[in-house]
Amino acid sequence: MALPGPLNRYLLLMAQEHLEFRLPEIKSLLSLFGGHFTSSQETYGKSPFWVLNIPSEDIARNLMKRTVCAKSIFELWGHGKSPEELYSSLKNYPVEKMVPFLHSDSTYKIKIHTFNKTLTQEEKVKRIDALEFLPFEGKVNLKKPQHIFSILEDYGLDPNCIPENPHNIYFGRWIADGQRELIESYSVKKRHFIGNTSMDAGLSFIMANHGKVKENDIVFDPFVGTGGLLVAAAHFGAYVYGTDIDYNTVHGLGKASRKNQKWRGPDENIRANLRQYGLEKYYLDVLVSDASKPSWRKGAYFDAIITDPPYGIRESTRRTGSQKEVPKGIEKCPESHVPVSLSYHLSDMFFDLLNFAAETLVVGGRLVYWLPVYTPEYTEEMVPWHPCLKLISNCEQKLSSHTSRRLITMEKVKTFENRDQYSHLLSDQFLPYQGHNSFREKYFSGVTKRIAKEEKSSQE
Amino acid sequence: MKLLTHNLLSSHVRGVGPRGLPLRLQATEVRINNVEFNPDFVARMIPKVEWEVLLEAADHLRLIEVPKGPIQGYEQDETFLRKMHHVLLEVEVLEGTLQCPESGRMFPISRGIPNMLLSSEETET
Repeated sequence: MALPGPLNRYLLLMAQEHLEFRLPEIKSLLSLFGGHFTSSQETYGKSPFWVLNIPSEDIARNLMKRTVCAKSIFELWGHGKSPEELYSSLKNYPVEKMVPFLHSDSTYKIKIHTFNKTLTQEEKVKRIDALEFLPFEGKVNLKKPQHIFSILEDYGLDPNCIPENPHNIYFGRWIADGQRELIESYSVKKRHFIGNTSMDAGLSFIMANHGKVKENDIVFDPFVGTGGLLVAAAHFGAYVYGTDIDYNTVHGLGKASRKNQKWRGPDENIRANLRQYGLEKYYLDVLVSDASKPSWRKGAYFDAIITDPPYGIRESTRRTGSQKEVPKGIEKCPESHVPVSLSYHLSDMFFDLLNFAAETLVVGGRLVYWLPVYTPEYTEEMVPWHPCLKLISNCEQKLSSHTSRRLITMEKVKTFENRDQYSHLLSDQFLPYQGHNSFREKYFSGVTKRIAKEEKSSQE
Repeated sequence: MKLLTHNLLSSHVRGVGPRGLPLRLQATEVRINNVEFNPDFVARMIPKVEWEVLLEAADHLRLIEVPKGPIQGYEQDETFLRKMHHVLLEVEVLEGTLQCPESGRMFPISRGIPNMLLSSEETET
């Protein structure tokens, strides 16, 4: 493999939210477009400035048509820890690569962004003027230039400790912006049909990107709720399926989740959500179904499974139960309209999900799902695994001081042989996670401890 | 419910195993939609189709002009792909039932949505 050279270096300007989710998103998208993630930086950490090598400008543009984590991308012409280093770096950049964008028939402008510091207009102009040594031959056009160049100055991340001089200065040709505007245009606030736990728009696009969703894929969500994840997948051109155990949610009936609204209106269902964004043609079907007892035929036909399973806090974890059983000590779902509802142990649910994904995903297809954890007891060993699925990424989002959820992405790398083959193999593997079965209790730990104490003393 | 979906479904009543399909389709209300034709997507679906299941369902819905199987060079054959597009994606069963061929258990379809719920006694262990 050729060493990354000074050519084809790009600067990604990243948004400063969902920090852990950014690198897996960029890596997944680069691999989707035939690139490979290589960088000359050792680590990005919390920085919004990522220098990386991308084989071609086309791949860079395709990346930007999908990412919601990156704000912009620039073709990097120079970089330094001081103005002098920057200028000498620019003098080393091959002139033949600059000339197409600087010739006399073209128009351009130079912008300057400073991060974590404000400069006066005078200071800004000085820095732009200092670049006069570059062979600009075109005309400046501030309104509608053909080419935009940017100086970016990095003054660190601590607003209480702003250095005199920047840590890094970059100069590059602006190529494209990312898709962060989708976060606003697909905002849950404006969506016709929402539920108590509808996924935030930004995270739903990140999930679709981690899942490498592409045009003409079939994407499935087994805990579809109001369909937010399907909307994101459909936006990227995938055809979508969803199932949910809750009849009312799938049909769009029952009580509304919006304040000031009592019942759901006729236009509130998953199909209507897709229609709202002009994506109805991607709607395949939704079904009322128990994810622990799926009704799909044997075979591998889903390109991605992207889902947010219930954690048992704001939506209950359920599966269909028996008419005869009245299990002691197992939670009965209070608002159950299904004949009987057993509580669905979280570890069983993830076991079923991984097994289902291993069977029905095409090879190379991805499973993306949220795993709730009780942080004081979390270790990497408890992330569910399966012999057919390879772990790609594991990103944490804190929910409270002692709980978080992790976005797990897995890729199918091996053909699924036989349904029964895996069941005894894996049940032991899921023991470490079983501590989190009482996730709901641990989430509300203060409250339940007190109640348990009271119950105990009343029994004595 | 579209016929592509019907093609991917199977009954999971205890003991039926691979004999859980084809689900016998009966429709009391069917709607024909106009869905934008995407030849690439349709071509991708052709290898996934179980033809016996499709033909039986199309027969129950009394559809005409249903191809009997994939033809040579179907990826470039627009006529073939348009016919498949119509059958798989534009015909929608709004009200009806799906019946497990082995156990006889009925699954209702209402408002276009199949209800596949079974109690724990009915399903495979």
